[in-house]
Amino acid sequence: MSFLEELSTVDTENIARRIESASDAEVDRALSRERASVDDILALLSPAAARRLEDLAERSASLTRRRFGCTMTLYAPLYVSNECVNACVYCGFSRRLQIPRMTLDVDTVVREADVLRSQGFRHVLLVSGENPRSVDARYVEAVVRAVRSRFHSISIETAPFESHEYARIAKEGVDGLALYQETYLAQVYREVHPVGPKSRFDRRIEAIERGGEAGFRSLGIGALLGLSPFRVEMALLALHGRYLSRRFWKSRIAVSFPRIRPTPGGFSPPHPLDDRDLVQSVCAMRLALPDADLVLSTREPPHLRDGLMSLGITRMSAGSRTNPGGYASEHSRSGRQFAIEDDRSPAEIARVLSQKGLEPLWKDFDRSIHAPTSP
Amino acid sequence: MLPVVIAGVALRSRLFIGTGKFSSPAVMAQAVEASGSDLITVAIRRVDIDAPSDSTLSALDLSRLHLLPNTSGARDADEAIRLAKLARAACGTTWIKLEVTPDPNYLLPDPIETLRAAEQLVKLGFTVLPYMNADPVLAKHLTEAGCATVMPLAAPIGSNLGLRTRDQIGIIIEQASVPVVVDAGLGMPSHAAEAIELGADAVLVNTAIAIAHDPVTMARAFRFAVEAACLARDAGPGDRAVRARASSPLTGFLRDEGSA
Repeated sequence: MSFLEELSTVDTENIARRIESASDAEVDRALSRERASVDDILALLSPAAARRLEDLAERSASLTRRRFGCTMTLYAPLYVSNECVNACVYCGFSRRLQIPRMTLDVDTVVREADVLRSQGFRHVLLVSGENPRSVDARYVEAVVRAVRSRFHSISIETAPFESHEYARIAKEGVDGLALYQETYLAQVYREVHPVGPKSRFDRRIEAIERGGEAGFRSLGIGALLGLSPFRVEMALLALHGRYLSRRFWKSRIAVSFPRIRPTPGGFSPPHPLDDRDLVQSVCAMRLALPDADLVLSTREPPHLRDGLMSLGITRMSAGSRTNPGGYASEHSRSGRQFAIEDDRSPAEIARVLSQKGLEPLWKDFDRSIHAPTSP
Repeated sequence: MLPVVIAGVALRSRLFIGTGKFSSPAVMAQAVEASGSDLITVAIRRVDIDAPSDSTLSALDLSRLHLLPNTSGARDADEAIRLAKLARAACGTTWIKLEVTPDPNYLLPDPIETLRAAEQLVKLGFTVLPYMNADPVLAKHLTEAGCATVMPLAAPIGSNLGLRTRDQIGIIIEQASVPVVVDAGLGMPSHAAEAIELGADAVLVNTAIAIAHDPVTMARAFRFAVEAACLARDAGPGDRAVRARASSPLTGFLRDEGSA
């Protein structure tokens, strides 16, 4: 059964009621369990658990240390294109916005990669908007071939591809796929994705399973926080993570927590989260998915990133530029996807991690593990 | 205390240390020092061979320590073999701790792929120390494949649960013709002592030390526990029994017969 089929059996209103009505006793029980049940997850996301945030944070921190040790994996996003045929209302790349657009040629991507490598990065995430004419699977493969000798782990966050395309991309040496559903509530999804291929909820949610079949070692999921009431959204995201880890048992699940930031389009989120909500989301997700990588980008401000370092996050970006060409050329005029709140350099982030008793891991994989491919 | 001998190499300490999960290479190096260990294992996937001085390796006194690179991160035999070859080139040792863990959650070792990799690595001239589930039959197969040790888990990696596979490990030890190193899941010094008292030749510890509030002190605690258990074994412990003597012995009739 696909997750889409599983999701169709979920009564979201019932989930919302159970979350809202969770009792202190249910929160207690959820906090004391070695493995969280679905009921426990709902309790951990409840307003009742919000009053126990310190206890939740303590459990999350200790589980994270036991499983991942005192470490934090660092990565950088490398934006290769901001061309996009979609008009997602929250996104700085929406086709309705008048911004300078570009898709980097392979040589320019290599220059960007060189900057990231010189900063210490060995893990990179290739990001693009959705434009089948400029960023197709062939382009992604060409980019990967050009930069793979510079990195040890390459992930992609692009528009969905077909199974055979994912298989080819994986074979070129990409080990991670990130594909965020943005929202698991179909009605909300339709409202914020009015046109373009991304407007099809089903097409998007099914794509990550094609990636799982292609053998990506890391499967990244996420919901864009602020589009809908976060408690239900986080519960559905946790269910998705559990589904994927059961079905693709050789892949690690990674969960991101992108909170909507101001964009050039001036979108303001209909259901904004405060910092406590975000911290509860991260910690509850840790208890729901003890072995998942929990990922935090530079969308969040320094004080919050520093706090979350110790609580459950295991993978962080640093020094990010969210416009194509933004690393090699400080004055690149291309439009960016969202505003960066934490503009500290990768070296500064590494220093902060060390001060907090966490070893920054620039390299946690080795490309030689892949089957040899022709150069 | 006698040293443990693995593939002809005598190791004084029966405590081996894993180097992942520490808060910094410096803390790791201090903990290794405090543990008194002679053998440390390093995940080759974390070593940056291109970097002039990889932080993990350069923090360690490799003139004194035996370096045991491991293949953690490998999901099948082919990946493990590629990592082993990389380790040999990078670290200049043919010793390899074979880890094949396809499931990223509990990191349980794959018996089929581990055996397949072990057979090939032995043929390629490696000294293979395989991480394995506590399966006595698999231990026999790995020994026959030419492995230098077997390394059964006490509990899942990083769980700190202690010697949950005690009975199975007891059988492995009883039947062993290579050293048995209990690996993974030992969460407290008492767990390590229990494994040595049971007859294990050595133990390997990482998480319990690395994530302790004071890793250096915890490393010392493990050292003392392992040494204490070794001493106790050498001292020849008395038999243990909690048994009351029956007031009317079952064999009492024999005496009755004799005196009649």
